[in-house]
Amino acid sequence: MDFKRLTLFAGHYGSGKTNIALNYAVWLREKGLSVTMADLDIVNPYFRTKDSEEALNKLGIELICSPFANSNLDVPAMPKEIYALVDDHSQYGVLDIGGDDRGALALGRYAPEILSEGNYEMLFVINRSRPLTRTVDDTLSVMREIEAAGGVSFTAIVNNTNLGLATTAQDVLDSVSYARGVSEASGLPIKMTSVKQELMPELQEKIDDLFPLRLQELYYQIKTEK
Amino acid sequence: MEKVLMKGNEAIAEAAIRAGCRHYFGYPITPQTEVAAYMAKRMPKIDGVFLQAESEIAAINMVYGVSATGKRVMTSSSSPGIALKTEGISYLAGADLPALIVNVQRGGPGLGGIQPSQADYFLATRGPGHGDFHVLVLAPSSVQEMADLTVRGFELAEKYRMPAMLLADGTMGQMMEPVVLPEEQKPAAKAPGWAVTGTECKRPHNIANSLYLSPAELERLNVERFERYAEVEKNEVMWEEFMMDDAEVCVVSCGITARVSRNAIIEARAMGIKAGMIRPITLWPFPKKPLLAAADKVNAFLTVELSMGQMHEDVELAIRCKKPVYMCNRVGGMIPSPDEVLNSIKKAAEEGGKAQ
Repeated sequence: MDFKRLTLFAGHYGSGKTNIALNYAVWLREKGLSVTMADLDIVNPYFRTKDSEEALNKLGIELICSPFANSNLDVPAMPKEIYALVDDHSQYGVLDIGGDDRGALALGRYAPEILSEGNYEMLFVINRSRPLTRTVDDTLSVMREIEAAGGVSFTAIVNNTNLGLATTAQDVLDSVSYARGVSEASGLPIKMTSVKQELMPELQEKIDDLFPLRLQELYYQIKTEK
Repeated sequence: MEKVLMKGNEAIAEAAIRAGCRHYFGYPITPQTEVAAYMAKRMPKIDGVFLQAESEIAAINMVYGVSATGKRVMTSSSSPGIALKTEGISYLAGADLPALIVNVQRGGPGLGGIQPSQADYFLATRGPGHGDFHVLVLAPSSVQEMADLTVRGFELAEKYRMPAMLLADGTMGQMMEPVVLPEEQKPAAKAPGWAVTGTECKRPHNIANSLYLSPAELERLNVERFERYAEVEKNEVMWEEFMMDDAEVCVVSCGITARVSRNAIIEARAMGIKAGMIRPITLWPFPKKPLLAAADKVNAFLTVELSMGQMHEDVELAIRCKKPVYMCNRVGGMIPSPDEVLNSIKKAAEEGGKAQ
């Protein structure tokens, strides 16, 4: 799978952008590249990349995020270091854009520089299990809203259809025709289908360009009785 | 039924729409803003009303107006915004009007913070406003319950003609889980007999009112209302028991902390400590009977909560202080880890056993 200097993940609220962006940053880092991850989310108050900062730093990935992320201050502030990532063409960057058009608004500030350098991929993350993007039409309207707000057009699609940790291989298989529909209607290729890594053996033969995701088990997830 | 992936806040909004609610009045505040955002997207498409009011106080009074016409109506906010709504909630209670008020709690007091909390427990369960009254208080512990208890909240509010409050913590609002959405109901075609819908000169006027000039009449209405509350306490208590059959330590917890506790109980059992949990689903009415019954079997209770010990008091009252009640709590937006809860269970098992 090829890649560009900057990879931008945007999509409907809750489509799974943050998880993919984290995994993608690790994937780039494992190629020996100098990688910075930037959290441009100005919408989500909880469950942010900040939760993974320690793990990222251990892998040698720098995280840029709002100094107020995970704090009690409800301010949509952008960290100044994002300018450095956009301007310094020697490092690779993975940008996690906030959900929907409201989240993508923050991207607009950096769009002119990103477009003029021209070394980027803008990936549209889709999840058919989300109630407001279950049809191709609804998904396309979210896509157009994000493009209008963020000032950057998408270059490819990531099918990330999932139900969290409860996702089955069948859920992913059932989403293939939906993802193709979005691809045909938008004219964008499907760059990859991202699935939790446990599903890789089952899906390897059935879907092209699978991308495995390591998902964090959160403290509140219900465990089964021993 | 097909599962979809939703945030707790979105599940509330979609469940309300599916329950036939076509009127929502709100005002943005973290961590419940997704309820309003979802309603703003969906309501115009289904001939519903979404209105961002100029303040929380305006929103709750709009709720009063729609409720008086007998229609399902909802508002949502987070702790500081709910405090503002309390005047209107008292008026709803005084006029015997049903409504669903959603509180996705954050840390306080004052502006506090935006991280999760359960510190509005007293505010909700003691009657949020002036005067003698109660609201039904429902405490979801999963995104599925966020949806299911929204529907239940409307039904109970209408059955007993009183406001209901869905009392979630910020984590419940923000976390994502698979959910089976409730069946689609059409809004009721006919308004209830008490609704203010115009008499067409065929019946006496209905009036939505909480002002009574005669002290004797006001006393009678208060007493009658509390007779209705007694029915609620008799019929509508909801709770869930987990590993309680042979439990020696009974954890009492709701919402996010009940989930952490559940995992800690499984760990404790693996270490040979007989722990179990009674999870209140209705906080008012509080599950007093199952707790009192448990007091004769267990050695100790342990409340796990995101407050300085509010549910703790209700547990002591429910069990009539028959057994020691320990507490594991964090506040300010902090959440106890499974290990913290496990250590508290160990302590309750050791010391509680000796207190016999």
